[in-house]
Amino acid sequence: MSDRTRDRIGGIRPLFAGGMRLRGLIRKEFKQIVRDPSSLAIAFALPVVLLFIFGYGVSLDAEHIPIAIVVDEPSADTASFTAALYRSIYFDPIVVPDMIAADRAMLERRVSAIVRLRSDFGRRRRFGIAPIQIVVNGVDANTARLSTGYLDGVWLKWRVAKARDEGGNPSVPVLISDRVWFNSELESRDFLVPGLIAIIMTLIGALLTAMVMAREWERGTMEALLATPVKVGEILLGKLIPYFLLGTGGMALSVTTAIWLFHVPFRGSVIALFVVSTLFLLTALGMGLLISVVTKNQFVAGQTAIIVSYLPAYILSGFIFDIRGMPAVIQFLTHFIPARYFVAILQTEFLAGDVRSILIPNGAALFATATIFLGLSRIKSRKSLE
Amino acid sequence: MWLRVLALTIKEFLVLLKDPRSRSVIIVPPFVQLLVFSFAASYDLDDIPFAVYDEDSGAQSHELLAGFRNSRHFHETDSVANDGEIAPLIDSKKVLLVLHVGPTFSRDLAAGRTATMQAIVDGRNSNTAMIALGYASGIVERFNAQWGPSRGYPGASSRLETRAWFNPNLQSRWFIVPGIVGLLTLVVTMLVTALSVAREREQGTFDQILVAPFRPVEILLGKAIPGFLIGLMESSGIILVAVFGFRIPLLGSLLTLYTGLVLFLVSAVGVGLLISSLAVTQQQGLLGAFMFLVPAILLSGFATPIVNMPSWMQKATVINPMRYFLVILRGVFLEGASFNVLADQFWPMAVIGAITLIVAAWLFRGRLY
Repeated sequence: MSDRTRDRIGGIRPLFAGGMRLRGLIRKEFKQIVRDPSSLAIAFALPVVLLFIFGYGVSLDAEHIPIAIVVDEPSADTASFTAALYRSIYFDPIVVPDMIAADRAMLERRVSAIVRLRSDFGRRRRFGIAPIQIVVNGVDANTARLSTGYLDGVWLKWRVAKARDEGGNPSVPVLISDRVWFNSELESRDFLVPGLIAIIMTLIGALLTAMVMAREWERGTMEALLATPVKVGEILLGKLIPYFLLGTGGMALSVTTAIWLFHVPFRGSVIALFVVSTLFLLTALGMGLLISVVTKNQFVAGQTAIIVSYLPAYILSGFIFDIRGMPAVIQFLTHFIPARYFVAILQTEFLAGDVRSILIPNGAALFATATIFLGLSRIKSRKSLE
Repeated sequence: MWLRVLALTIKEFLVLLKDPRSRSVIIVPPFVQLLVFSFAASYDLDDIPFAVYDEDSGAQSHELLAGFRNSRHFHETDSVANDGEIAPLIDSKKVLLVLHVGPTFSRDLAAGRTATMQAIVDGRNSNTAMIALGYASGIVERFNAQWGPSRGYPGASSRLETRAWFNPNLQSRWFIVPGIVGLLTLVVTMLVTALSVAREREQGTFDQILVAPFRPVEILLGKAIPGFLIGLMESSGIILVAVFGFRIPLLGSLLTLYTGLVLFLVSAVGVGLLISSLAVTQQQGLLGAFMFLVPAILLSGFATPIVNMPSWMQKATVINPMRYFLVILRGVFLEGASFNVLADQFWPMAVIGAITLIVAAWLFRGRLY
């Protein structure tokens, strides 16, 4: 701060002076942001680019699963079953001559399942139960489970149609009719994109602020700042406010991209989303600030930011791996990952609407994490100054 | 020449390991994350909470629902008495699934018709919903097979005999833990390399190295060897934990595994140094590290298969070294894949490593500011 400004502030009431000082700090931070445009890139380009790539690239919907069909002895029965597999959108079948060829295709990862109809398929259908042998590549357990589910569906439909053709009674005792709420087409993108926003905002928060305090310490400009009449809280606020505004812009862009480009339904209210996003951004920025204040060294701050922000938010937030499937100890640990609360709220806000029983506890948790991270940054920076 | 490279390598190790905070950031978190993530990252679901809305209460509906109550995949937490109670239970995520048996269920079965059970499922996580519905239809199918034939329903004339190769019980953990080996190896290598040149630039020490009698290739090796060695040691430790701690079967040969690991480390170190030499400030280095790390992991096939992507994006993933390494890891661990089967995964990583290292070395000299 130049001498001239300080003189001007000196004559004004203290409270007002605080506001002036803060404005000066914010202006300084904005100038630094404009000079090294990487912050602007982080806030505006990064969310849209990442959401674009991941919205297309991250999907759990398996279609066109390559499968090998082995028919030992072709007949009308085997032909109708093979045709049913060809009709399914879930499979891309290829017919191979024998099991040896099928095994090789599986080992070379050209197919991920084998369907084999033995030579006595037709005869055993008429006099008993004919087995249809299925081998799936179980390495990717989730996709394997989906494939067997789809094969089951194809088989069931074929069975009913076949029984009807042959003049029999096709009825089974009990049928499940499923109604999937919030995502009737079971499109994985609709649940992954809201979660991706949470991951991306976690990264952005950490990236924006993890370096800023450490940089001042490393370059010695912190001492210069301390020599002026600014207070510690004002320095922190001067860092927080500009990056908060940038982060809010990035969040708004992400939500717009999700709705307009990926057509994810948004069933909640904008106000609830805004309040919760604010709390989460403050948490993410606060985490970055805390790292920065504690390490006082850009190298270590950068390493810490990579370690604590990305992978935990990716794996422990419920974004892709359902928290309900984790062991109790790990479920407990996820409570320390702020992204967890944000993911729960985003998935609900986008797909279900303003559900109070989700919004209130998770929102309260985010309020707590924001308070803790910002409070700790404040305490730690005061200590390191004294 | 090798003496000078050795001197640079020692210096680099000192810089990385002398600062106790930097040392602990590189060593401790990967192992903690290995433990936590290996337990956390799973698509398997047990104890799915469900509620029953039984308007029939006949013996048959009890028999069918008993299949759910006795299943280890399901856990009954609530019961519903009218339609209005369903939404609050599902909205608040208290249950994932509501099984609704209508009032005509027993009557339909007694008349030999098909009775319907409605399954209302929370689709906010579509994968979880799909898994729950899969288990549910399995239980209903078993009920049909046991209950139907003796009561006049036609039996099935065929049946599916499903076996899973390589992972007979379809445990997600077998799929995920080898993936985590790749994930953490990449993260550690990035931590060591991505900020290192940028830091020296910012502190001015890189100028000193440049004016010293080092050739660019020596500077490059001095920067690359520490990242490579630290990555190699940590990933070996992680592989040990995966095999002996998590009991993931390691069927293939160590030679194949380590060929893949070495090539992957070369490519990861190459990318890290490229980012580092492009960055003028550490802030930019960190940005670059994230810009590489995040897509490299999300689009590697670690959690979501590459074949699910649109084809233009599948083609774009050829520049991602992680995708090859994951195939190698899972192939060697679970399938016992041979060197020849994996040959197509080896050379792309070598190409990525060669290109990035050459460009990085060239940038060391080219960007002297």
